Amino acid sequence: MRARLVAAATGVALVAAGCGAAETTGSADAGITIFNTEPENPLVPGNTTETGGSRVLDPLFTGLVEYRGEDAQPANAMAESIETTDSKVFTVKLKQGWKFHDGSPVTAKSFVDAWNWTAYGPNATQGATFFSQIQGYQDVHPADPDGPDGPEKAPTPTTDAMSGLVVVDDHTFTITLSEAFSVFPVTVGYEVFAPLPEAFFKDRAAFEAAPIGNGPFKFVSRQPGAEIKLTRYDDYQGSDKATFKDLTLKVYQSRESAYADLVANNLDFLEELPPNALAGKKYESDLGDRVVQRETLNNQTIAFPFYLKPYDNVDLRRAISMAINREEITQRIFEGTRKPADGWVHPLMKGYTPGQCGEYCTYNPAKAKESFQKSGYTGEILLLSNTDGGHQEWAEAVANSIKNTLGVETRFVPSTSFGEFRQKVNAHEMTGMYRSGWIADYPSIQNWLSPLFRTGASSNDGLYSNPAFDAKIAEADKATSEDEAIKLYLEAERIVAQDMPSIPLWTQNTIAGKSNRLKVANLDPFRTLDVPSVEVG
Amino acid sequence: MGRYVLRRLLQMVPVFLGTTFLIYALVWAVPGDPFEGKCGERDCPESYVAAMREKFNLDDPLVVQYGKYLLNLVQGDFGQTSAGLQVGERIAATFPVTLRLALVALLVEAVIGITAGVVSGLRNRGFLDSLVLVSTLFLISIPVFVTGYVVQLVFGLQLGWISPTVSTPTFGNLIVPGFVLASLSMAYVTRLTRAGIAENRRADYVRTALAKGLPTNRVIGVHLLRNSLIPVITFLGTDLGAFLGGAIITEGIFNVPGIGGLVFRSILTKDGAMVTGLVTVLVLVYLLMTLLVDLLYAVLDPRIRYD
Amino acid sequence: MTDAVAAGGLTAVGGPAGGPVGGAGGGDADKPRGLFDDAWRELRGRPLFWVSVALILLVVLMAAVPQLFTSADPTLAQLSRSRQGPSAAAWFGYDNQGYDIYARVIHGARATIVVGLLATVGVVLFGASLGLLAGFYGGWLDAVVSRIADIFVGVPFVLGAIVILTTLNAGGGAGAARIVAQVVLSISVLSWPVSMRIMRSTAIAAKQQDYVKAARSLGAGTGRIITKHLLPNCVAPVLVYSTIALGAFVGAEATLSYLGIGLRPPVVSWGVMISAAKDYIRVAPHALLFPAGFLTATVLAFVMLGDAVREALDPKLR
Repeated sequence: MRARLVAAATGVALVAAGCGAAETTGSADAGITIFNTEPENPLVPGNTTETGGSRVLDPLFTGLVEYRGEDAQPANAMAESIETTDSKVFTVKLKQGWKFHDGSPVTAKSFVDAWNWTAYGPNATQGATFFSQIQGYQDVHPADPDGPDGPEKAPTPTTDAMSGLVVVDDHTFTITLSEAFSVFPVTVGYEVFAPLPEAFFKDRAAFEAAPIGNGPFKFVSRQPGAEIKLTRYDDYQGSDKATFKDLTLKVYQSRESAYADLVANNLDFLEELPPNALAGKKYESDLGDRVVQRETLNNQTIAFPFYLKPYDNVDLRRAISMAINREEITQRIFEGTRKPADGWVHPLMKGYTPGQCGEYCTYNPAKAKESFQKSGYTGEILLLSNTDGGHQEWAEAVANSIKNTLGVETRFVPSTSFGEFRQKVNAHEMTGMYRSGWIADYPSIQNWLSPLFRTGASSNDGLYSNPAFDAKIAEADKATSEDEAIKLYLEAERIVAQDMPSIPLWTQNTIAGKSNRLKVANLDPFRTLDVPSVEVG
Repeated sequence: MGRYVLRRLLQMVPVFLGTTFLIYALVWAVPGDPFEGKCGERDCPESYVAAMREKFNLDDPLVVQYGKYLLNLVQGDFGQTSAGLQVGERIAATFPVTLRLALVALLVEAVIGITAGVVSGLRNRGFLDSLVLVSTLFLISIPVFVTGYVVQLVFGLQLGWISPTVSTPTFGNLIVPGFVLASLSMAYVTRLTRAGIAENRRADYVRTALAKGLPTNRVIGVHLLRNSLIPVITFLGTDLGAFLGGAIITEGIFNVPGIGGLVFRSILTKDGAMVTGLVTVLVLVYLLMTLLVDLLYAVLDPRIRYD
Repeated sequence: MTDAVAAGGLTAVGGPAGGPVGGAGGGDADKPRGLFDDAWRELRGRPLFWVSVALILLVVLMAAVPQLFTSADPTLAQLSRSRQGPSAAAWFGYDNQGYDIYARVIHGARATIVVGLLATVGVVLFGASLGLLAGFYGGWLDAVVSRIADIFVGVPFVLGAIVILTTLNAGGGAGAARIVAQVVLSISVLSWPVSMRIMRSTAIAAKQQDYVKAARSLGAGTGRIITKHLLPNCVAPVLVYSTIALGAFVGAEATLSYLGIGLRPPVVSWGVMISAAKDYIRVAPHALLFPAGFLTATVLAFVMLGDAVREALDPKLR
């Protein structure tokens, strides 16, 4: 599963504030329990890129910008302003009077120190690479000469501070990037960019046991494997204050068991219902008006390994794409909770244009066969996927759709765990085309193209490379106006459509559920509970 | 007796070493890197992978790694998970929950299994006997996950008699999962008891006791039962060990925060320290239980003497 | 009694496959000749025996020549007929993917039976031969074998199988034969100690019997004693265990497939079908009921057979 965004959503807070008058005094002291999985890493923002930890850290921290719950657009949160003239040097002004939960003030230094710490090579954080665009990153995070498995260790960094980060005064700092990147201010809403208090640098172990943030909730207690308890931070300065008091994140071993609790009203919120609830739309009769749904910022694709024949053949890739009956699979397997995709950019994104993929993403058996013949390939087609995230059913259906349309043996090859699957993807050891999902890091059209298809980009695992695409993306990154940038990104998407380095399958209409105790509980576009929207009845 | 116990304890040392090494090698020696795939759909930073490999000594040869692990283990240090939690603390937190579940299951199994076994054993070839035989056959044939799902679906969701998952693992809340966990072994206990009763019913000492004029209840309760239950006790004892480790599926369905879920998750996320630690504890418990059962056997059956 | 017998004989009923067979060793040796004749006479008169044999033969026939029962393609999936109930065209209906459930149940018998049979053969051959040798020779061989058995029997079955299979699965991209072999291997590795212990305690008891002593004093070699005298007289308890174990292994296969680590596509088995159908139990119960029914019936047949054979072989139970 892909890392997700901080989304404590200021926008919805406005809505919440609007109905604030109607709020009863009783619900202000209420507590709610929501679904969680066991965090896989120590609870430090820069070291958490997976959902189990993010659900905890999200309410604990507030970054420079946060993404609005209803449309995922960035809005200033801790930042008073982020200004730039050349998309290379950014001046950040912070709001005054904010405090961490331990009473220490949130200053420019809290951000700069946190970012430097996360990027510093020997600290070995999972989020380090998010800072690679900042000037001086190579100095604090030198590359390992022979990779992580080799005997040689990465050289010790010459400095522990990136030269691109300069504290101007208590509430101002500047960020200099190594290259112009117009989307940068949007990216800093991601969790790894959160500030850290002095206490963290004094005693990291104590901080990991009881994290201290600056968000609307503060940490109370943790029982590993069972639950984490948070409570409202009453001195919170932001607009996304909570309308209830206690937030308990309960660890479940499976969404199936969580769903059983949700139906029985033992659990207040489950952000994505398990397959057995979706089957035959059973959730409608189980939950009634307790169903919560919305379109979320993730898609499902099938990626091709360009390092493996015959998948470097563009006619074969097109044939496969046109042989997949997206409509039928989304209806039968997903009961309509997925929407066939017609391009790589997500429909919720600013700049999205329908039909970018055109006829190649439309089910067309005749054309598919024609294209398949043209490719000259007659052997077996393999589709690889991990099965631990509910991927087995659709992957099998896709393989069958290809098989029935093209009349060629198509086999679905399952991997037991995501880790094992991911490892082979990273090592470029795939033996066939493979599942590849994407959840937005930050809400920008750029995020759906550049990290996936640029030559050598961080998530371009299939080793696709097209100089024309790279040039278009570079041009778009440097664009001075947003409209100009969007226009160029869309042109880049059309280049992708010609090459089909991956097949867009569908986007998701996520079905969540709430208990009868909650009057309102919305999903945010990042597939999590929009905490400020919650109203306890 | 003392020497016997000492010898049995000493025999556990090679078993302990063998088990830990076997599990350690299986979990850690998997080709590829356990720390890839920890960072979502993108590569983990190299510095992260390198530091984790360093932390878990993965760059050493397997034997050296194992040596280091063992050295810490004998000092009582089970190591850390990749999430930075102490393995020892996690085991200490989850073990009692599973132990409670196993005890409930054992109780269910013993009470129902022995009662059904005695009843059917005394009514050999009668209707009740056939009923018990057939129903135990069915219990043995149905996989536990089917029983678990059906129980949760019917009693938890449709009838609403029970909470579908276990929110706090008290003895009372664990009765239903305990029932599911015990269902298979319950059938074995019934059949063992039945076989024992049927075999001993016509034994000379029973006939003698009856001829002496002792009340039937006393003959059954004291003479017959005591002699028939010896294999049952053996089974129950070793079953407690099996319950502790076999609760993975039951705990998963009912969301019991015990070692089953912990160990399954740890295997999938390749948390080698946790898996090795847990299995080691389970094997030790199992060996101790076997020893205990053998000693108990001597108490129940005076013909057995350990020199 | 020595501790060796206590440790082996008394704990022989552990593990998920352990049936009520622990102490069955003693009585058989009293009738060195005609035991199996006797048992056969006893069995012939039991309807339960014939029912289970008929069931097993049917399933084996399904596994060997599925074409006899169905001409439908078990690998053809059409979403347009997804979750349709039983009909004349498809007797058992279609599952979520639109596979013909009847065709898959018939074709799924093969993997299920192969896993059960191979695992049983592996367990019995390996475990029983080790047990026989350990029991006959005793001494250090016995000590080593028993300690190794302790390791494998101490590791809880499901847990051990998960560890072994995740390790083996890490290779990925396995073909049908390899997937089946992995499951067979992990079941055998974790279950052999049970048959080893049964055989060992039987052998220890049998080697002190008069006919063995007589053979030895007549100058028979060790090999001859083991194969001609011990083996025929010790095989009964293990035989009983193996029929019950076969049923248990078929169930174990289903459990492992349910956890997503046992058999998996392209292999079709009842366990795989149950695992795939479990999420849809409320909208397409037939997709779960038919494979589960076949599974239960097959396990039942083997356990019944084991029961019947055990009672026939053990005079005390008649």
